Amino acid sequence: MSTTISTEWVSICPDQDLLANTGLCALLDGEQVAIYKINPNPAYSQDLYAISNYDPIGKANVLSRGILGNIGDHLVVASPLYKQHFDLISGECLEDPEQRVKTYEVRRFNDEIQLKKTV
Amino acid sequence: MSKQRIIVVGNGMVGHRFIENLMDSPSADNLEVITFSEEPRLAYDRVQLSAYFSGSTAEDLSLTSEGYYQERGVNFVLNDKVVSINKSEKYVVTASGREEPYDKLVLATGSYPFVPPVPGKDQDHCLVYRTIEDLEAITDSAKTSKVGVVVGGGLLGLEAASALKNLGLKTHVVEFAPRLMAVQLDEGGGKLLRRKIEDLDVTVHTEKNTQEIVPGETCRYRMNFADGSILETDMVLFSAGIRPQDELAREFDLEMGERGGIVINNQCQTSDEDIYAIGECALWEGRIFGLVAPGYTMAKVAVSHITGGTEEFTGADMSTKLKLLGVDVASIGDAHGNTPGAQSYVYNDEVNEIYKRLVVSEDNTRLLGAVLVGDVEAYGNLLQLKLNDMALPDSPETLIAPAIGDAPAMGVDALPDTAQICSCFDVSKGAICGAVQNGCTDMGAIKSETLASTGCGGCAAMVKQVMDSELENLGVEVCNDICEHFAYSRQELADIIRIKGINTFDELLSEHGSGLGCEICKPAIGSILASYSNEYILKKEHIGLQDTNDVYLGNMQKDGTYSVVPRVPGGEITPEKLIVLGEVAKEYDLYTKVTGGQRIDLFGAQLHELPEIWRKLIDAGFETGHAYGKSLRTVKSCVGSTWCRYGVQDSVSMAVAVEDRYKGLRSPHKLKMAVSGCTRECAEAQSKDVGIIATENGWNLYVCGNGGMRPRHADLFATDLDDETLIKYVDRFFMFYIRTADRLQRTSVWLENLEGGLDYLREVIIDDKLGICEELESEMTKVVGTYQCEWKTTIEDPEKLKRFSHFINADEPDSNLAFVEVRGQRRPATDEEKITAIEIVE
Ligand code: SRM
Ligand SMILES: Cc1cc2nc3c(=O)[nH]c(=O)nc-3n(C[C@H](O)[C@H](O)[C@H](O)COP(=O)(O)OP(=O)(O)OC[C@H]3O[C@@H](n4cnc5c(N)ncnc54)[C@H](O)[C@@H]3O)c2cc1C
Ligand code: SF4
Ligand code: FES
Repeated sequence: MSTTISTEWVSICPDQDLLANTGLCALLDGEQVAIYKINPNPAYSQDLYAISNYDPIGKANVLSRGILGNIGDHLVVASPLYKQHFDLISGECLEDPEQRVKTYEVRRFNDEIQLKKTV
Repeated sequence: MSKQRIIVVGNGMVGHRFIENLMDSPSADNLEVITFSEEPRLAYDRVQLSAYFSGSTAEDLSLTSEGYYQERGVNFVLNDKVVSINKSEKYVVTASGREEPYDKLVLATGSYPFVPPVPGKDQDHCLVYRTIEDLEAITDSAKTSKVGVVVGGGLLGLEAASALKNLGLKTHVVEFAPRLMAVQLDEGGGKLLRRKIEDLDVTVHTEKNTQEIVPGETCRYRMNFADGSILETDMVLFSAGIRPQDELAREFDLEMGERGGIVINNQCQTSDEDIYAIGECALWEGRIFGLVAPGYTMAKVAVSHITGGTEEFTGADMSTKLKLLGVDVASIGDAHGNTPGAQSYVYNDEVNEIYKRLVVSEDNTRLLGAVLVGDVEAYGNLLQLKLNDMALPDSPETLIAPAIGDAPAMGVDALPDTAQICSCFDVSKGAICGAVQNGCTDMGAIKSETLASTGCGGCAAMVKQVMDSELENLGVEVCNDICEHFAYSRQELADIIRIKGINTFDELLSEHGSGLGCEICKPAIGSILASYSNEYILKKEHIGLQDTNDVYLGNMQKDGTYSVVPRVPGGEITPEKLIVLGEVAKEYDLYTKVTGGQRIDLFGAQLHELPEIWRKLIDAGFETGHAYGKSLRTVKSCVGSTWCRYGVQDSVSMAVAVEDRYKGLRSPHKLKMAVSGCTRECAEAQSKDVGIIATENGWNLYVCGNGGMRPRHADLFATDLDDETLIKYVDRFFMFYIRTADRLQRTSVWLENLEGGLDYLREVIIDDKLGICEELESEMTKVVGTYQCEWKTTIEDPEKLKRFSHFINADEPDSNLAFVEVRGQRRPATDEEKITAIEIVE
């Protein structure tokens, strides 16, 4: 019996290409992933987050281009199309909880931003 | 049951209000209403009549529409006068011979201008001031006149004088009494008013008794006065008081007052119980009420009585506050101190030309009356003290003394719920508080819920005070906070940023905010920072604040692509540039459309294409058009005097100049301008935030127009400006708006919410009342001096360009994009088309 490594990390871009307080879109195995960096903040354990780039309400691949912030306890991005908020940790849409976008694991490794492949 | 038939004679302000109230009553369905008007149109706002001279049309003044009457099933007959009443058989007959039976007859015939019986009064250019037709006659006469005389120095006379002055006539006012506005003002107030009016180049002649009007020597006519003096004039406008229009009562035997007026009781019934009289024709307890508010109250009482209610007319307050020839004047109650034992406090500031007098009761505990000239801010408070018979504060003089430190505020809390706040619509304090309790939290909501402040507007400040205080009482913080991250309004944030010289969002957040921010505060603060420091908006400190449109310097479309809108100042473009636009559009297969703003929009560019497209455009001499920004959009122009045979100024050059000046200026909402070369207004400047219309002598400046969802005609702000003054005013206007407006508030809404309105705005921008004009101008100079084309800066910065690709780690385009062809160009595919076609046009 051998343990298969079911996930692996993929480098996306140098850390410095992602400015604090903004997002970018990456292609990961044919999926569009929005990666965000927030300003370091004691209230949050990390500064990198990743969710699907597809806005299920506006029906376009645009979430990486939204404005970041918090609404109460939720760390969110506001869709640039119609301004619904998506929670960066759970992927849930605050205005319409039925709509949930996929979340991804993201990290900083050797000054690179990496996404974890999903199987 | 057959319907009760009601005839309303006269469709003036009060007659119309009567019908409106009647239609709103529960019995409306059981009534058949018919109204006759001697005038050729349905009711209009006589109170605002003078606005006709500053550009309002008959339509603007109209209080209703034929559609409204038809919808409510109210019959109306225009241009037909009721000439007789048959009281026993209950019908009326009109001039055209029409006979109509009634169950109840309502006389709302108003009044007519009194013309003293001087020989010569019936000549062509001897006119009166009451109807729209009168105004047309005055305008016509002014065309061939240089000098005009108003006979009568009362309230209406001074309003008429203002009109003549606006028409460009050398204006005189001739008054029989020793002072102006003798009814409303005491000697001190009248004297100051005279001085102020004479400063405006209107000559005032008091104690003049006109004997005759004869042919003149230097002018068309000569007026001979009883004291032997004379005055030459081309036009005479009589405004020597009004007389109740009581002809019908006189001829058909209803009880009349000795000096005219149709006698009514507390139910507004005349001596015939089925005939009512309301408005200026009615005489109650020996008094005629020459103001509209008491007329409205009568209308309400009459409706109540006819429909079985119990309301009564118990007199009305005749206090007034108005602006005459730009001078603020107010009079309350017993202005002359005629009450036995009355005492006065007087404040007379000859330097700043302010006069105030308080008339108080013998025991110094009650306000009896007041006169205010030059500064009427105290009016609202004083009026409430008087109307509600409230106890005066310990030192009543503080009510009129100039504010040293904090003025003693008379809290609206002290008012009883029954206190009438808006007299035009009889709205009480209680009603406003009720509206607040039902969820109205801003003036807009209060206005539409209660109608308060939608008439003459004089009560606006008071209404707002009541609203705010009630909100506070309810524990609703009057919350103007921009969002959860900053406990400040946009204006307060702008002040903090400006005064503390803050340059970044993070600085502001750590010192004055909490949390991370959001899509509300970030762009708003980004915009304020840009208005003052005007740094490149994609600098790393600012980029996270921008909406996607600003981040990618284009407007995001529904499919995530962007549009490209280069600036075309004034709409003027060379053939070479047009060709470049065509070539670029062809190369990138961009859908091309001429916009509503006189320029060209190229749609469907993908992120990675934007920098290449803009490089080509910039090489050809284009700049960004800021179609994406809350900033200056376009300055529309008409072709103007260079080509157009009617043009009186070079509107294109002016449009290009102002577009170049204000391009890139970031503001609370987008800004639009236009310049027309003559009064035909082909550039539609009156629908813009700032509109400029050429005149023979320079430019007329209009402000705060809006197209869009709620169109608003711009207001005429200043006339015949030279180029330099024009730019100065626009600089100040824009910066003042940027400083004080709410986020996403267009100038139109801003002005409507600005306390003091257009007059106040003029005082700030033209008279520099706040002493900030120099600062505003220098702020604008800085913005103009630091302009950069954001696209040019961007394509020169390789770091910034990295962001312009759909994927940071792949060169592929967004696979979700799909287009279909329409009329020779491509457009985004709909969802259905995407599913069925899946044919991706690259
Ligand atoms: C392209 C254009 C329509 C066209 O094909 O002609 C247009 C397109 C848009 N308009 Fe407009 N407006 C365009 C002229 C106008 C005009 C006409 C004018 O400027 O003379 C008006 C009415 C005038 C006015 O603003 O007072 C106009 C009133 C609006 C409004 C309503 C504003 C309001 O105060 O009610 C919005 C919504 C908003 O700004 O909140 C709006 C918003 C928009 C937006 C930005 C909507 C959006 O967020 O996507 C559209 C994006 C354009 C794009 O992607 O480039 N657009 N829009 C016109 C661009 C003019 C230009 O050259 O810059
Ligand atoms: C220039 C000006 C400025 C004013 N400013 C103010 C102000 O600031 N504040 C204020 O409170 N008031 C002001 N007023 C007064 C205000 O306009 C009147 O109080 C108000 O219009 C009275 O309304 P009403 O319906 O009684 O009379 P009107 O509005 O005069 O209406 C009477 C109508 O009846 C018609 N009519 C008369 N007889 C007959 C008939 N036999 N058959 C058919 N129709 C007939 C008349 O033609 C007229 O249309 C101003 C008036 C003027 C002229
Ligand atoms: S506004 Fe006047 S000058 Fe301009 S195009 Fe029209 S008619 Fe000609
Ligand atoms: S008092 Fe005239 S609108 Fe309220």
